[in-house]
Amino acid sequence: MKTKEQSILLGHGSGGRMMHDLISDVFIRHFANEILSEQTDSAILSVGSSEIAFTTDSFVIHPLFFPGGNIGKLAVCGTVNDLAVSGSEPLYISVSFIIEEGFPISELEIIVEALAAEAKKAGVLIVTGDTKVVNKGKCDKLFINTAGIGRMREEDRLISKAEDIQPGDVIIINGTIGDHGMAVMNARESFNFKTTVESDCASLNHMIRQMLDKSAVKFMRDPTRGGVATVLNELVEKIQLGIEIDETSLPINKGVQAMCELLGFDPLHIANEGKVVIVASENEAESILKSLQNHELGKRSTIIGRIVSDHPGRVVLKNETGGRRIIDSLSGDLLPRIC
Amino acid sequence: MKYIDEYRKKDLILSVSEKLKTISKKEIVLMEVCGGHTMAIQRFGLPSLLPSNIRLVSGPGCPVCVSSQHFIDTAMAYSKIPGVIVTTYGDLIRVPGSATSLEKERANGSDIRIVYSVLESLEIAKSNPDKSIIFLGIGFETTAPLTAAAIVKAKQEKITNFSVLSAHKVMPPVMKALVAEGVKIDGFIAPGHVSAITGTAIYNDLATVCGLGVVISGFEPVDMMQAVLMLAIQIEAGSPKVEIQYQRVVQAEGNLKAQQLLSDVFELRDDQWRGLGTIALSGLRIRNEYSEFDAEKQFTVNVPESTEPKGCICGQILRGLKTPVDCGLFGKKCTPTDPVGACMVSGEGTCATYYKYRS
Repeated sequence: MKTKEQSILLGHGSGGRMMHDLISDVFIRHFANEILSEQTDSAILSVGSSEIAFTTDSFVIHPLFFPGGNIGKLAVCGTVNDLAVSGSEPLYISVSFIIEEGFPISELEIIVEALAAEAKKAGVLIVTGDTKVVNKGKCDKLFINTAGIGRMREEDRLISKAEDIQPGDVIIINGTIGDHGMAVMNARESFNFKTTVESDCASLNHMIRQMLDKSAVKFMRDPTRGGVATVLNELVEKIQLGIEIDETSLPINKGVQAMCELLGFDPLHIANEGKVVIVASENEAESILKSLQNHELGKRSTIIGRIVSDHPGRVVLKNETGGRRIIDSLSGDLLPRIC
Repeated sequence: MKYIDEYRKKDLILSVSEKLKTISKKEIVLMEVCGGHTMAIQRFGLPSLLPSNIRLVSGPGCPVCVSSQHFIDTAMAYSKIPGVIVTTYGDLIRVPGSATSLEKERANGSDIRIVYSVLESLEIAKSNPDKSIIFLGIGFETTAPLTAAAIVKAKQEKITNFSVLSAHKVMPPVMKALVAEGVKIDGFIAPGHVSAITGTAIYNDLATVCGLGVVISGFEPVDMMQAVLMLAIQIEAGSPKVEIQYQRVVQAEGNLKAQQLLSDVFELRDDQWRGLGTIALSGLRIRNEYSEFDAEKQFTVNVPESTEPKGCICGQILRGLKTPVDCGLFGKKCTPTDPVGACMVSGEGTCATYYKYRS
């Protein structure tokens, strides 16, 4: 057991090392089965002769409304993206609400409207749901739980398994990092930074489908809690190769960069809600970048690093002055309740 | 980004690096006493850009790391008093006390809130009139004026449910204590933000009495390389003095308004430093005129004698005698996820910095 704490701390929900340890020590240990052990964004299931992707997610973000979206939009984007990065075509989602007594119905309606609008945009149907109300003080305003189902295509079913990754493969991201985490933090804390940072919250399924129709991708994941650093660390742990990131190539908005400099955060640890990290062979890179850059959500797509055979199991960042440092998964509680 | 990009220029850094190779052949050890400097040195890989005869060591400059175990234990005792809300800067909540940490006490039901400014504590006090808010005041001359301002504001606005547990400290006494103890260093890189408040005179004794040069430096790689160069030139010329590298922020006389605020609210006292023991007149206590805002005078708690964690060499690291890699616990039993000593908790702690930027 790597988890030493007697009770749950906020860090156990951070998406970083502590959560990773808790999942393997408690959940995987009791639930163990072949499908769950893959620990992918969605479970890939055989139903009759076809395969589906199945995922679930909960949203406890505070505040409920933030620049670039609200909890309703986020719930659809998060679920759709989990299905899309597994290589599936998202079709149906469920939405359950846990609502605190006294919550204004007018606010609930704004959230539900956003949810419906985003579902329409993503092309998914909301087909079932549930409503629970709890006493005042027993939950913070509103929590949402979702589940989602997507159709798998035979040729994409290995994407979430990261099985064919080789040294020399490139790592691509579809735009700036850290926007969601910093937008939520700025909305929540009393910094009063005069910045235009907005959450990147968006459903990526159409952009990803457009790319998969033309190019071969070896691995995809959405860098939400724990950020790009955590996705890359989980990947190197799995494939036992190394990753080298070039700091000067990282796309970062000025406002996010400034907030991170002031607060001492590493943008690689900050959450995104409209980004996908892609691994592909070098000769596919051009066609992938072209396809992504043709989509409104991928204009700033770029190569940020490579798979290397050196330092297996480690993500190393080459900085602007030529120095090198290890990029670890997020440890502890950086920003609780950002999704 | 303005004020950042121009101070991270690779060409400029490399040109200072080249110059350093020709300035001095002496063996030089320089100590920085600021967590921000420790981070910049490791983040930008500065040791690899220095000639082999110049070595940098980290001293006691991270506020979280130097806060004594007894202070943490006292804070936890306060957090258990019914009706108390403890407010603190983030890193402190993960520092292990003798038995547990503020983070674990929070999970057990204590009301402990992270704030980014002491003024947020005043807002919490106003919106929770039936609770007592205790702010954990840590940091040097940089953060202490903010705490002082909050106390003055609380008095003006007649906020009666706010108090401060002060572990604020001042920089010069610990630097002199290290020299008196015989720690072998040839000069100090001093924190720019401290002198932005205090000015330069606080270090005059170090140059005139102790014979050690002090260069007040900014926090970007060009700043730090230039500070090293200025110290190397002083050492080679045999003329130790106090100089300002961080001229875009620091003025010789400092910020007079902040200095006045500090002396209005605080007075010097002997204070405990983690791993270094008690250092005379190195801490800031709230003056009697503001005793209604002094948590130590408002609340009585029984705190047993505190014990330092076994095997942890934080004290020697804070003295610059050892580096984290010399510690048997480093990276094994002691990691940022599961820290043993305070130096592994704070983002500016020497151990956390070495861990984060190891390669």
